[in-house]
Amino acid sequence: MDKTQNNRAWFLVLPVLVLVAFSAVIPLMTVVNYAFNDTFGQNEFFWNGLGWFEDMLGSDRMHEALGRQVLFSAIILAIEVPLGIFVALNMPKKGFWSSFCLVLMALPLLIPFNVVGTIWQIFGRVDIGLLGHTLAALGVDYNYTNDALDAWVTIIVMDVWHWTSLVALLCYAGLQSIPQAYYQAARIDQASRWSIFRYIELPKMAGVLLIAVLLRFMDSFMIYTEPFVLTGGGPGNSTTFLSIDLVKMAVGQFDLGPAAAFSLMYFLVILLVSWVFYTVMTTLDKQETK
Amino acid sequence: MARITLSNLAHSYVPNPKSEADFALKEMDHVWDDGGAYALLGASGCGKTTLLNIISGLVHPSQGRVLFGDDDMTNAPTAMRNIAQVFQFPVVYDTMTVRENLAFPLKNRVMDPAYIQSRVAQIAAMIGMEATLDRKARGLTADAKQKISLGRGMVRQDVNAILFDEPLTVIDPHMKWELRTQLKLLHREFGHTMIYVTHDQTEALTFADKVVVLHEGRVVQMGTPQELFETPEHTFVGYFIGSPGMNLLDATIDGARAQTAAGPVPLGATYAPQQGRTQIGIRPEYAVMTKGEGLPARVLRVEDVGRHRIIRADVAGTQISVIVPEGQPVGDDLTHVRFDPARVNVYANDWRVKGADR
Repeated sequence: MDKTQNNRAWFLVLPVLVLVAFSAVIPLMTVVNYAFNDTFGQNEFFWNGLGWFEDMLGSDRMHEALGRQVLFSAIILAIEVPLGIFVALNMPKKGFWSSFCLVLMALPLLIPFNVVGTIWQIFGRVDIGLLGHTLAALGVDYNYTNDALDAWVTIIVMDVWHWTSLVALLCYAGLQSIPQAYYQAARIDQASRWSIFRYIELPKMAGVLLIAVLLRFMDSFMIYTEPFVLTGGGPGNSTTFLSIDLVKMAVGQFDLGPAAAFSLMYFLVILLVSWVFYTVMTTLDKQETK
Repeated sequence: MARITLSNLAHSYVPNPKSEADFALKEMDHVWDDGGAYALLGASGCGKTTLLNIISGLVHPSQGRVLFGDDDMTNAPTAMRNIAQVFQFPVVYDTMTVRENLAFPLKNRVMDPAYIQSRVAQIAAMIGMEATLDRKARGLTADAKQKISLGRGMVRQDVNAILFDEPLTVIDPHMKWELRTQLKLLHREFGHTMIYVTHDQTEALTFADKVVVLHEGRVVQMGTPQELFETPEHTFVGYFIGSPGMNLLDATIDGARAQTAAGPVPLGATYAPQQGRTQIGIRPEYAVMTKGEGLPARVLRVEDVGRHRIIRADVAGTQISVIVPEGQPVGDDLTHVRFDPARVNVYANDWRVKGADR
C-alpha cells in the first residue's frame, strides 16, 4: 500500500515543541549559559570555559556532599529493598486484610514531601514530639538538631517510613502474579521455604524489583525536601546532601556559575548511574536466558 | 508404594456446605490399587483436580479419610506423602538449568550426588532432553518446559503414586503420542501407581488399564475401556465415552420390551417395571438403518468422518446417531432404525438397570 508523504504534518508537533522549549529547553540553556560564563552583574557575561567545572570537581565541599549522598542512597537501598520484600512476603494474599494492608501501605506515599518532613520534624522534637519526648523520658540521649548521628538516623527512618511501601507494593504485585501451581509443585518437590523464595518468588519478582531499586536509587539520590524541612542540612553540614548543597550554593550564596556547573554534572551522574544500572541488570537477565 | 484408599471422602470449597450442590466432590469410597494405571476422566469442572489435590495433600478434604496402605494420611502434609504430581501448565524453576530442575526433588531429599546424577541422566534420556541439560529453563518452549515438569514428576523412584493433571494439554500432537507411550513404558517398568486426569477420552483409553469416570463430583463408573464402552453404568458415561456418544430414548419398560414414542423396541433381557425417568441407551455402533424393520426414523444428514459415516436421524422428535460401516450405501429408502437387542441398556434416573436373562 502506498502511503502519502506529507511533511506538513510536522507542523502539528509545533505546539508541543514550543511548550517544551519554554518549560525545559530554554531554562536548561540558561543553566548551561551560567555554567560556562562568569558575570559581575548588569547582564554582562565573560567566557569562563570549563573553569566552573574544574572548580567544582576539585571542591572538597562537593566531594563531601557526594560522599554523604552515596552513603545515604546505599543505606536507603540496603534497608528498603529487603524490608519491602519481607513486608510483601508477609502481607495477606486475599480478603479484607489484604485490601486493608494495601491502603495502609499506600498512605505514606500520598503525603506531600514537605509534610513528611514537618511530621518528622515535630515527631522527633525533644520538647513536644512524641518520639523525641518518649526517647528522652526513657533516658536516651536523642536530639536530631545537634547530634549528627541522631539526625542521620531520623532522616533514614523517615525515608524508610515514607518509601518502603513503594518497594513492598511493587513486590506484592510481583508475588500476586505467581500461579498457585508453582507453590503446589514446590510442596510436591519438598522445597524448603528458602528454596521457594530463592527459586520461585525472587525470579518472578526480579522485574518489578529492578524498577523498585531504580526508582528508590534515583529518588534518594535527589532527595531534597524532607531533610531540608527536618534538619535544613545540619547539624553543621552533616546532612547536607547534594541537592541541599546545590540550593545553598545557588540561592543562598548566589554563586550561579559553580551551581550551574554542579547541577549539570549532578544531572549527568544520575543519568549515567541509572543507565549503567539498567543496562547491567537487563544484560544479566539476557545472559540467564541463554 | 501402597494402595490408596479414599474412605467416605467428600470435599466442599464452601466453609459450611448446606446442600449436596455445595460439594465439589460428593461422598465417595474408592480404592486405587497399588501399581495400577488409572485414568480419571470427566468434563471440565467435575472435581478431577480436587480429587488429585486431596490425594497429594494440597487440599484437605471436608470429610472422610485418605489411607496409604493402612496408614491414615488425611492430615499428613504433602511432603510426608511422597507423591509426585505433574500439573496442567508447565511449572519449572526459571533460574535453574534443566539438569538442576530435574535434580531438585532428589536434592531436597538429600540423596547421594552420584545417584542423582545417574538418575537425572536416565530421565533426561527418557524425555529426550539430554542435549539441553545445561541450559537455563527460562528460555525454553512451553512443551519443553512441560517435559521438564514430567521429568521432575518421574525422577523419584520411591513415590507412592504419580498424579498427572492433564499434563499433555500444552504439548503438540505428535509429541503427545510419544510421551504417552513413554509414560506407559515407565509404568510397566517401575510399576508406580499412576493416576492420569484428562478430559480427552482417547488419552484416557490409551493410557489406562482402568478408567474412572467422574461426573458432577461423583465417581459414576470405574472399569476397563471395554466395560465403559459396552455397559455404561450411567447415561453420562454413555454420552461421554465414544464418538458419537450413546443414543438415549425415553421409554417405558415392560418386561423384555421397551415402549418408545416411536414404537416398541425388543430388549435382550427382562426388566422389572421402573420408577422415575426411564430411558434406553444404544451405541451408534449397534444401530442399523433398515428399509422397514424397527422404529421409523427420518434421516437428517450424513456426516463423513473418514473411516465411517454417521447418520443423524430423527426418531419421534429425538435425534439419534447411527454409524454406517465403510462401503455401505446410504439411500433414500432407509426409513427405519433397528437396535441390536443384546446391546440395548436400560436406564432409570440415569443409572443402568440390570435385567434378568431370559
